[in-house]
Amino acid sequence: MLEVRGLHKVYDSHGRRVEAIGELTFTVDDGRFACVVGPSGCGKTTLLRCIAGLLPPTGGEVWVQGSQVTGPPSGLAVVFQEYGRSLFPWLRVRDNVELPLRAAGLPRARRRELATEALAAVGLSDAHRAYPWQLSGGMQQRVAIARAVAYQPQVLLMDEPFAAVDAQTRADLEDLIRSVWRRLGVTLLFVTHDIDEAVYLGERVIVLSAAPTRIREDLAIDLPVERDQLATRSDPRFTDLRAHIYAQIQKTRHPAPQEELS
Amino acid sequence: MTKLPGWQGLQRVALVLGLPAVLVVVWWFASADSDHLVFRPLSEILVAFRETWLGPRLVEDVLPSLSRLARGYAASVVLGVGLGVLVGWSRTLRALLEPVLELLRAIPPPALIPLIGLFAGLGDSRRIVIIIAGCVWPILLNTVEGVRAVDEVLADTCRSYRVRGLTRLRQLVLRSASPQIMTGARQALAIGIILMVISELRGTVHGIGFSVEQFQTSFRYPEMWSGVLLLGLLGVALALLFRLADSWILGWYHGLRASNRER
Ligand SMILES: Nc1ncnc2c1ncn2[C@@H]1O[C@H](COP(=O)(O)OP(=O)(O)O)[C@@H](O)[C@H]1O
Ligand SMILES: [Mg+2]
Repeated sequence: MLEVRGLHKVYDSHGRRVEAIGELTFTVDDGRFACVVGPSGCGKTTLLRCIAGLLPPTGGEVWVQGSQVTGPPSGLAVVFQEYGRSLFPWLRVRDNVELPLRAAGLPRARRRELATEALAAVGLSDAHRAYPWQLSGGMQQRVAIARAVAYQPQVLLMDEPFAAVDAQTRADLEDLIRSVWRRLGVTLLFVTHDIDEAVYLGERVIVLSAAPTRIREDLAIDLPVERDQLATRSDPRFTDLRAHIYAQIQKTRHPAPQEELS
Repeated sequence: MTKLPGWQGLQRVALVLGLPAVLVVVWWFASADSDHLVFRPLSEILVAFRETWLGPRLVEDVLPSLSRLARGYAASVVLGVGLGVLVGWSRTLRALLEPVLELLRAIPPPALIPLIGLFAGLGDSRRIVIIIAGCVWPILLNTVEGVRAVDEVLADTCRSYRVRGLTRLRQLVLRSASPQIMTGARQALAIGIILMVISELRGTVHGIGFSVEQFQTSFRYPEMWSGVLLLGLLGVALALLFRLADSWILGWYHGLRASNRER
């Protein structure tokens, strides 16, 4: 389980004070899939870094699997926004996937097995001998996902993982994430600025306001568990939900909407 | 149109060896009739080369020189990388040591020769310490730079996947600093060869540097030139060895750079 209680974060450096997170409180139960959506600069990355124990909050607390986060918790994996930079360019794909397992002291045979499985799950069985820089952006993102999968986390955090890949790859990766989530039974917090993506992926969408960030709305996504790029996206319920969230986000950006000619 | 396999390789070899070959030919003919006392014909120098260096001197002079260079260089790499990682890692240590390091680095190593003689005795160890005194700085300072420049996303990746301690040092810190470390090591090699020669000019009766000096003072100019030639050839051979090590250690880096250029 993942709990965020009264989280507050202020960046204060070089005389510039930025209130990145006003106050956030929410819980994601075991094995659930929650998406966090909000405009760029509203503190999504800041939120993930606080949950991952990479950044101390200014106020409030974060609990992962029953213990308070003071540093990177065990059993938690992160897929970073800058996925290309998060892969070790001097390690081959397989070694990139195996590194966290090696650090955890797993025996060699077990590491091999987990890495092979994870790479197969993301459709990269053939690429294990390649270096990350020999792969396309979408394939690099798959490697980063495979590394998280092989780590067998209880909680998985993903920060706008598909922002920089082309539309087709993105659709494939979205379906990949759904299948990985259902297979692993992992608690997943997926951050994005893309409303369609949030509605398509999640069981629940947490809509953030612009800075100082609060929760604008916490919305259950009552779409069928089996999702399909064509059928789901043309489902009237899907369109309703995305229109609703879109309106919410527009309101956060323009608190007092004015008549506009266009 | 198909090219013969190996044709490009041959072209490259021709390109690399072309100018040196031309220079040797020019040298050969220009010096052929020389009766100048110092500037002897190349043919004479080559004969001197064979008679001087391919005999007992190979074991008595060449090998001891190279062995001192190898030991001094290896110690410099270990010392430079080890200290560099510590200094690059700890902010306090860096603040404390940086001014001192810059000062020590600014002193030309040959100026230390008499001083080192006082402390390190007279034998091999003195000459090895001189080589270390010159080689360690570029390695140390480049390692510090490299360690400080570790990518923060990779550092975060290591933190959140709990990659720590020795695994972190080997897989993150040393590997990401390795291009810089190799740059320092390349500079150090050039300095090491120079110091190998200089350290032998006094207080010894063995070594390439000592021999060249002795030939000069005894007016044996063809032998002296052959020693200079030997040093040049050794320099080229060591540079080639270094290239080999570089492409082995930094293969990933050259590939990464090439793929960035294509994008
Ligand atoms: N290290 C930092 N120091 C100062 N301000 C920061 C830092 N990181 C982010 N910010 C600021 O905090 C706000 C939220 O940033 P971020 O969490 O990256 O937003 P998002 O991921 O939603 O785009 C932005 O205004 C950004 O400029
Ligand atoms: Mg972000």
